[in-house]
Amino acid sequence: MEQKLYFKDYNEALKQNKLLGLKCRQCKAITVPPKMACRQCGSTDMDVIEVKTDGKIKTFTTVFVGAEGRESEVPYILVIVELEEGPWLMGNLEGVDPKTATMELIGKKVKMGNKVFAGDKYSAGESARPIFSLAG
Amino acid sequence: MQKVAVVGVGETKFSGPQTKTEVELFAEAAMEAITESNLTPQDIKALFIGNALGDIEEGQGMIASYIAENIGCRYVPANRYEGACASASMAVRDAFMWVASGYYDIVIAGGVERAATMGTGLATRTFAMFSDARYEYPSGVTFPAVFAMLTHLYADTYKIPLQKLREQMAKVTMQSYKHGAINPKAQFFGKNADITMEKILGSFVVCTPLTLHDCCPFSDGAAAVVLASEDIAKKLTKKPVYITGIGQASNGPLGNQNDYLPRIRAREISSQQAYKMAGVKPDDVDLCELHDCFSIASLIAAESLGFFEYGTAGEAWENSQADIGGKVAINPSGGLKSKGHPIGATGAGQVYEIVKQMRGEVEPGRQVLDAKIGLTDTLGGDGGTLVNMVLERGWK
Repeated sequence: MEQKLYFKDYNEALKQNKLLGLKCRQCKAITVPPKMACRQCGSTDMDVIEVKTDGKIKTFTTVFVGAEGRESEVPYILVIVELEEGPWLMGNLEGVDPKTATMELIGKKVKMGNKVFAGDKYSAGESARPIFSLAG
Repeated sequence: MQKVAVVGVGETKFSGPQTKTEVELFAEAAMEAITESNLTPQDIKALFIGNALGDIEEGQGMIASYIAENIGCRYVPANRYEGACASASMAVRDAFMWVASGYYDIVIAGGVERAATMGTGLATRTFAMFSDARYEYPSGVTFPAVFAMLTHLYADTYKIPLQKLREQMAKVTMQSYKHGAINPKAQFFGKNADITMEKILGSFVVCTPLTLHDCCPFSDGAAAVVLASEDIAKKLTKKPVYITGIGQASNGPLGNQNDYLPRIRAREISSQQAYKMAGVKPDDVDLCELHDCFSIASLIAAESLGFFEYGTAGEAWENSQADIGGKVAINPSGGLKSKGHPIGATGAGQVYEIVKQMRGEVEPGRQVLDAKIGLTDTLGGDGGTLVNMVLERGWK
């Protein structure tokens, strides 16, 4: 059985700042990132949709210890954003000094762009990732 | 289904980088467990071994086969389990089911890891492999970052000022260090017993708001347990510890757990399976070895396991209700944060501790008196794999 939306197409769309997801015909839940089955009800009866990328920050951290190969990126802010249509999406927050990020970030509205992680010897190639910035 | 007992346990010292190979480490733990079971390796019908990252740590895959041959369990089935930090608990749970089914009567289960040997950079990279490689790692998620984000989410969800939460988390660390400091098998044996809150809060920041002392160390080590059917167990030992309940559940990437976070839903499902099977309630549990990879992880775990109301576990640690003599004795071994966290071995180490506690064989300063019911709790990834086991003392 073919999956309706694959990583490859999701990744190419994200590079154009478009977030593709799947809307379940059975329970109406939106699944992001792509999966074979609806993350709520398990149905495979889903349509590919473009998901709205506006959202607000649910949580965050500033990372000071990076993984091997990514030491030069620290410090950076990691966020989980709740999108207007429900899904939570992990990404980075830019435009805020990582060393001064506080709990006040939680609830702030953000807009989404992207950057490409080039990958390392373990990762089977590149992956685009959401880059958020404070809205307005 | 027949009853299954732990009849012998073994464990290496959990440590920083050391020179023994993973096969040698597991063999040390396994022979201790087999010997105290009054058995020989030839009695073992199958091996179940947790090992998360041996491929990268030593360039060794399929380690279970090499371990079996190394300890003289020749030609028997030998399975490797990989469920990140829950690997050994998966192995013990599967071993339990094989014995419970009647297919095998005596097996060995456990795990081994050399995470410390990798060093911080590679260990941080490889532990991040337990997050979603396509949709989380590109953003630079690390294991401390997962629990750092859960800390901020916990503070926001339960409306606890972050500074107050950090102080409660420091109490978790102080309790872990107190017990680990007198546990000779612990990585931090003889260390940190008198650490102050100021030092914990002021130590190096790994991922805001987690400092070095909020995090478990990278560890090398192994642990093993011998399981036997009830009739054989009664012949081998006067002190069998029965596994009376088991549970396991899985979950997807962190963001897809959003209906429940900071609760870990897979843990609630897993622990409820184990409680129901054993016919016990959280209030019946005398001691619990839970997955405190970070100080916040203790609070989240203790709530999902049903010991304390959501958002209140920090108060329990402040009031010594999570310590020996309190409502439930949590991590008298020192836990992952002080005993150490050789990830593929950790769950078997939890079983080791509960069996030793029930037998009254631990240091007096951290002995839980008259413990009859124990619970293990092991988490892999960012809530992707959860395993719980209820253990009960098999003698008066």
